Amino acid sequence: MEIPYTVEPRPDTGLANGKLGIWLFLASEVMLFGALFSTYILLRVGAVEWPHGELSVTLGAINTVILICSSVTMVVAWAKLKMNDFAKGRLYVLVTVALAAVFLVNKYFEYAEHFSKGEVPSHSTFFAIYYTLTGLHGLHIIGGILVMLYLAGPGAGLWKRNPEQFANRVEYTGLYWHFVDLVWIFLFPVLYLL
Amino acid sequence: MHSDPAAIKKSIRTYGTVGGLLLLCTAITVAANQVHLAVPVAIAVALIIAATKGSMVAAIFMHLNHEQRWIYGALLLTVVFFVVLLFLPLATVSDTIGTAIHH
Amino acid sequence: MEKTVTGTAHGHGHAHEHEHAHELGFWRKYVFSVDHKVIGIQYAITGLLFLLFGFTLMMIMRFQLAYPGHPIPLIGNWFGADKAPGGIMLPEFYNQLGAMHGTIMVFLGVVPLAVGGFGNFVMPLQIGAPDMAFPKLNMMSYWVYFLGGVTMLASFFVPNGAAQSGWTSYPPLAIIASQGQTFWLIGMVFLITSSLLGSINFIVTIVQLRAKGLSYMRLPFFVWAQLVTSFLLLLAFPPLEAAGVLQLMDRLAGTSFFLPSGLMVSQKPLAVAGGGNPLLWQHLFWFLAHPEVYVLILPAMGIVSEIIANNTRKPLWGYRALVYAIVFLGFMSFIVWAHHMFMTGMGTTISAFFQVTTMIISIPSVVILTALLLSLWGASIRFTTPMLFALAFLPMFGIGGLTGLPLGLAPSDIHLHDTYYVIGHFHYVVAPGTIFALFAGVYYWFPKATGRKMNDLLGKIHFWGSFICINSVFMPMFIQGLGGMNRRMYDGGMQYAHNAGLLHWNVVIGFAAWGLGLFQIPFIINFFSSIKWGALVDRNPWEATTLEWSAPSPPGHGNFLTEPIVYRGAYEYSVPGAAKDFTPQFEPERA
Repeated sequence: MEIPYTVEPRPDTGLANGKLGIWLFLASEVMLFGALFSTYILLRVGAVEWPHGELSVTLGAINTVILICSSVTMVVAWAKLKMNDFAKGRLYVLVTVALAAVFLVNKYFEYAEHFSKGEVPSHSTFFAIYYTLTGLHGLHIIGGILVMLYLAGPGAGLWKRNPEQFANRVEYTGLYWHFVDLVWIFLFPVLYLL
Repeated sequence: MHSDPAAIKKSIRTYGTVGGLLLLCTAITVAANQVHLAVPVAIAVALIIAATKGSMVAAIFMHLNHEQRWIYGALLLTVVFFVVLLFLPLATVSDTIGTAIHH
Repeated sequence: MEKTVTGTAHGHGHAHEHEHAHELGFWRKYVFSVDHKVIGIQYAITGLLFLLFGFTLMMIMRFQLAYPGHPIPLIGNWFGADKAPGGIMLPEFYNQLGAMHGTIMVFLGVVPLAVGGFGNFVMPLQIGAPDMAFPKLNMMSYWVYFLGGVTMLASFFVPNGAAQSGWTSYPPLAIIASQGQTFWLIGMVFLITSSLLGSINFIVTIVQLRAKGLSYMRLPFFVWAQLVTSFLLLLAFPPLEAAGVLQLMDRLAGTSFFLPSGLMVSQKPLAVAGGGNPLLWQHLFWFLAHPEVYVLILPAMGIVSEIIANNTRKPLWGYRALVYAIVFLGFMSFIVWAHHMFMTGMGTTISAFFQVTTMIISIPSVVILTALLLSLWGASIRFTTPMLFALAFLPMFGIGGLTGLPLGLAPSDIHLHDTYYVIGHFHYVVAPGTIFALFAGVYYWFPKATGRKMNDLLGKIHFWGSFICINSVFMPMFIQGLGGMNRRMYDGGMQYAHNAGLLHWNVVIGFAAWGLGLFQIPFIINFFSSIKWGALVDRNPWEATTLEWSAPSPPGHGNFLTEPIVYRGAYEYSVPGAAKDFTPQFEPERA
C-alpha cells in the first residue's frame, strides 16, 4: 500500500505531502518563537530599567554571518541535487553542518563567558529571556545538524532508490534551516543591539 | 519549479547574490547600532533591516516567491495570529484600571 | 460475513516496495502499528480509560464536598497519611484531585478520544484515503501522548503529590508549588508535541489525500470539523509549550519570568531577581486554552452532524452555512482569550475589545446549532442509541453556550468569575455536550471498527441514566454560582456564611455524580462484550451515505478494495425519485 503524492505533487494543490507538512510545522514554530518574543516585549515594557551592551556584538555579528553563509550552502546543496550532482550536494550539506557547528562553538564560548561573570539565567529577566531565546534557537540548530548528518550519512541510500524523494527531503530540511536562520536574523538585533 | 540544469545554475548565482546582500544588511545594522538614535527610531531601523533580510531569505532561499496557495494561506493565517500574540497582551497591560504601585 | 480483508487499493506494481500482505508480528500489528485504524483505536481506548480515571477523581472530590471532613468510605485508607490521614481528605489532596481532574479530562481524555481516536479512525475512511499522509509520524504521536499520560499519572506518587495549582497552573503559586507541578509541565510538553505532530498529519491528509471527486464542499462536516480543529491545535498550542518551558525555568533555574519584584512568601521575600509578570503566564496559557475549548467542541459537532443526517434521512440543513460558520469560529477563537482575564485589572478599552469578539464568536455557534436543529424539521427520525445522544447534545450545548454569555460580558462576569456558575457553564458544554457526542460516535462507528453492533437496550439504559444524572450534577451549580459560591474550595464552601443556604446542593450533586458513575457500567459492559458477542453487521448497517461505509467492516490494510470515487455530496438522503431513501457518495450514477 502506497500513500499517494509522497513524491509527485498532487495536481490541484501543486504540493507534495512533505512540502505542505514542513511548512505547517514551520507555522507552528513561528507561534512558538512568537510567544517568546511576546514575552520579551512584555518583560521589557514592564521593566524599570533594561540592560544595554551586556552582550558581545562582535560574536553575535560573526554568528549572524555564519548562519547566513550556512543558509546559502544549504540551498545550493539542494540545487546541486536537482542538477543530479550527488557528490556536490552532499558536500554542501556537510559544509552547512560545519558552519552550524562553528556557530554552536561560538555560543558555547559566549555562554561560558557570561557564566563566569555570574550572569546566569536567574541573574535578571534580561538574561533569562536571552538564554531562553538563544537556547531554544540553539536546540533547533542541534536538531538541524542531526537531520543533515542523517541525510548525508545513513539516509543517503535513498538517493539511489528514489533521487527525487531524497532531493525533496533535502529541500524540506533546507526550509527548516532557513527558518532557523530567519529567527536568528531577528534575534540578533533584538537581543544584541536594541 | 526549476527542473532544467540551466535554470538551476542561474538560481545558484541568485542564491550567492542574495547571500551577499544579507551580509551587507548585517553590516549596515551593526553600523546603525553605533549611531546613537532615539529608542523608538533605533527599534524601527533595526526591525526594518531585519524584515528586509527575512523577506529575502523567505522569498529566495525558501522559494516563497513561487509557492502554492495553500502555503500562502497557512502562512497568512500564522502571521495574523503572530501579530495578535505579540501585541494584544501588551495592550492589556498598557491600558489598565488605575496604575501599578511602584516602591 | 465480513472479516478482516487484506486488500490493497494500489495493486502490486511497485516491485521495490515491501508488501504488507505477509504477516506482521504481534508488536508491529497491534502495538507499534502505523495503521491509522489501529492507532485510532489505541487513542480511543486510552482516552476512554483516562476519562474513567478523571471521573473517579471527581467522585472522590464530590464526597469531600458533600460531607466535608468525613473519612472517605471504603477506599479512604488507600491514599496514605500525606494525602488523607485517617481517610479524611487533606486540602492539599483536594487541590491535587481538582487540578488533575481538569488536566486529565481535557488533555488525556476528551481531545485524544475526539481527535486522536475518532479523527484518526474515521477521517481517512471518510475521504477515501488508504491511510494518513505520514503513518510513522502518526504512530509516534500516539506514543508521545502515552508518555505524557504516564508522566501525569506518575506525578501522584512524588513527594507532596501531583500538581495542585489548578489545571490553569497560575504563577506565583505554581512556581512555589511542590515537585508534582514539574511533572505536570513535562507531561504537558509531551502532550503538546503529540498534538502538534498529529495536527500536521491531519491537515496534510485532508488536503492531499481526498479521493477522486471529493471536493471540499462534498466533504462530510465531520472532516471540516477535524480540519479546523487541527489548525487550532497547530497554531494555538506552541505558545503554551513556550510558557511551559518558561515556568520550568522559573521553577528549576531560578528565573523570574512570572515572579514580580518584591514577592513575599510566608512573610519572607522570595530570593529571585524579580521583574517578571504573572499575567504573562495567563496570556500565554489562555492563548492556547481558549482555542482548546473549541478543540473540545468542534469534533463533537462533527460527530453529531453525521449522526443527525443519517437518522433523519434528510440532508443537513444549511451545509454551506455550517462550513462558513465553523471556519469563522476557528478564526475568531484566537482573539477572545482575555475574557478569562476580565478580573486582572485590564482597562475598559481592551476589555471592550474582548467582550465584543466574545459576543461575535457566539454567532457561528448559534448558526451551527440552529442548522442542526432545523435539520430535524420534517424528518423521519430513527431513535437509535447514537441518535439519542446526538439529539441530547443539542439542548445541552444550547444551555452551555447560553450560560457562557454572562461570563463573556465583564459587568456580569465580575459577580460570576471563579464561582460554581463557571463550572456549570463549561461542564455543560463538555460533559453533556462533547462527551455525549463522543458516546454517540462510539455507538455509531463501533460497527465499522468491529463488524458488530453494540447492544441497544444497554445503550438506552446508558443514555437515560446518564442524561438524568448529568443534568442533576450540573444544573444546581448555576444556583450555587449565582449565590456567590466560589470554586476550588475543599470544604465545599462551608467557610463562608453566604454559602450556608447552598451547601445542601453538594449532597444532591454528590449522589447524582455517583449515579452517573453507576450508569457508565452498562456502557463498559456493552463495549467489551459486543466486541465478542455483538450482532454481526455488513458494511453499511446504518444505511449511511459517507465513504467509510463503503469499506468492509472492519476495513483491512489500505481500507478500500477498489479505488473510491465520489459522485455527489455527503448527505444525499431521500433524493426525490431515487429507489432507496439514501444515495451514497460512492455509488455511481445509474445509467
